[in-house]
Amino acid sequence: MSFTETFLNARILAIALPRVAEGFVVTVALAVLVVLAGLTAGLGLAVVRAFRLRALNLLIVFAVDLFRALPPLVIIVLLFFGLPGLGLSLSGFAATWLSLTLVLMAFAEEIFWAGILAVPAGQWDAARAMGLRFLPTLFLVVLPQAVRMTIPPLTNRTIAIIKGTALGSVVGMYEILASAQSVVSDHYNPSPLLLGAAAYLILFIPVVTFGRWVETRFAWKR
Amino acid sequence: MSFAETFLNLAIIQAAWPILMAGLWMTVKLTLVAVPLGLLGGLGIALLHGAPSRWVRWPVIAYVDFFRAFPPLVLLVLLYAGLPFAGIELSAFVCVAIGFLLNTSSYYGEIFRAGIEHIPAGQKEAAYSLGLSKPKTMLLVILPQAVRNVLPDLIGNTLEVVKLTSIASVVALPELLYQARQAQSVTYNPSPIVAAAAIYFVLLWPLVRLLSRLEHKAIAGR
Repeated sequence: MSFTETFLNARILAIALPRVAEGFVVTVALAVLVVLAGLTAGLGLAVVRAFRLRALNLLIVFAVDLFRALPPLVIIVLLFFGLPGLGLSLSGFAATWLSLTLVLMAFAEEIFWAGILAVPAGQWDAARAMGLRFLPTLFLVVLPQAVRMTIPPLTNRTIAIIKGTALGSVVGMYEILASAQSVVSDHYNPSPLLLGAAAYLILFIPVVTFGRWVETRFAWKR
Repeated sequence: MSFAETFLNLAIIQAAWPILMAGLWMTVKLTLVAVPLGLLGGLGIALLHGAPSRWVRWPVIAYVDFFRAFPPLVLLVLLYAGLPFAGIELSAFVCVAIGFLLNTSSYYGEIFRAGIEHIPAGQKEAAYSLGLSKPKTMLLVILPQAVRNVLPDLIGNTLEVVKLTSIASVVALPELLYQARQAQSVTYNPSPIVAAAAIYFVLLWPLVRLLSRLEHKAIAGR
């Protein structure tokens, strides 16, 4: 068989296209849900940490460290194969979503918290002197400045984590990679893999370019 | 079955311990291959990025963006399942090494590049005026300062590389996660996966702690 027949087989690609397209939708949906939940949870934890309640903060730091130290695939496998032991079965989608959300939450909390700490103490003092209470100071004065500083590292981290959506293929989630692989094994032809690869590039090259732009726009100087 | 028997079944963990240790050794070997390869490749990329000709610079930027956009698992599956169709049979270990070189060198490359670009031009001019050659200036003046400045990012990326070795389980390379999955599927008990997660956590937690300190220092010093 010629190279094109093997790797760019039109007949196989035609079969694969609708399935990879379905996988594409699943990947995008998963990525969006992970970003929304992960960033919200991370910001929430950083806000809770700002209250500086010792016992609670130790717990937050431990959770953050845990999800920064464990490989995402290990978390996914653990949730998918472990939770049924508690009588709780998660679908591949739910297990992947929950795992990546926890990982993004941990990284986002760390970055938001570093941002909050980086706002000079004078900002707190000034706001309190103006008669603002703790929460309005945090939300109206400190967080807007902190979040702006955290945008470049947060963007890069978020991109790195949503590329982990492909890990869902390991627990039977039909995202791009798994859909492509299923056609490969049905027809013993690798063309769908190249189609899947192209789908990832179509999805992530704009995202990476956007990340590059954000980095220069909000230059993160040392 | 009780919670402990399901998730922390000591008899099962004990039985699985030898293969878990064999898996850990494979993870260590993978790390020892992937990290130096990635660092060297990344350094090469960063140096090429500083080339005066755009015919060198642009392909380098394209390379970096391409492999940052490509999920590493997809790259790995493409190499492992795709190349045999082209008549190239590589062992799982070699596939993983190549995939990691392509992926991690682009991340390390971006870090080195940022470090080099942040060194003031005066350093280079001073070195030239002292009679140092171009390579000597780079090696003895620019790089030592650049590496020190981006050390937290280098450590952070290295942590990500170690965690990433877990995806090698997908191409049946018997590293820690793969062995834990094997033990789990034989015993129908998730304890080996819990044990593997604990091993990852114990080994990587110190690195996460160190990183968290360095990151806070970097942000506080801005």
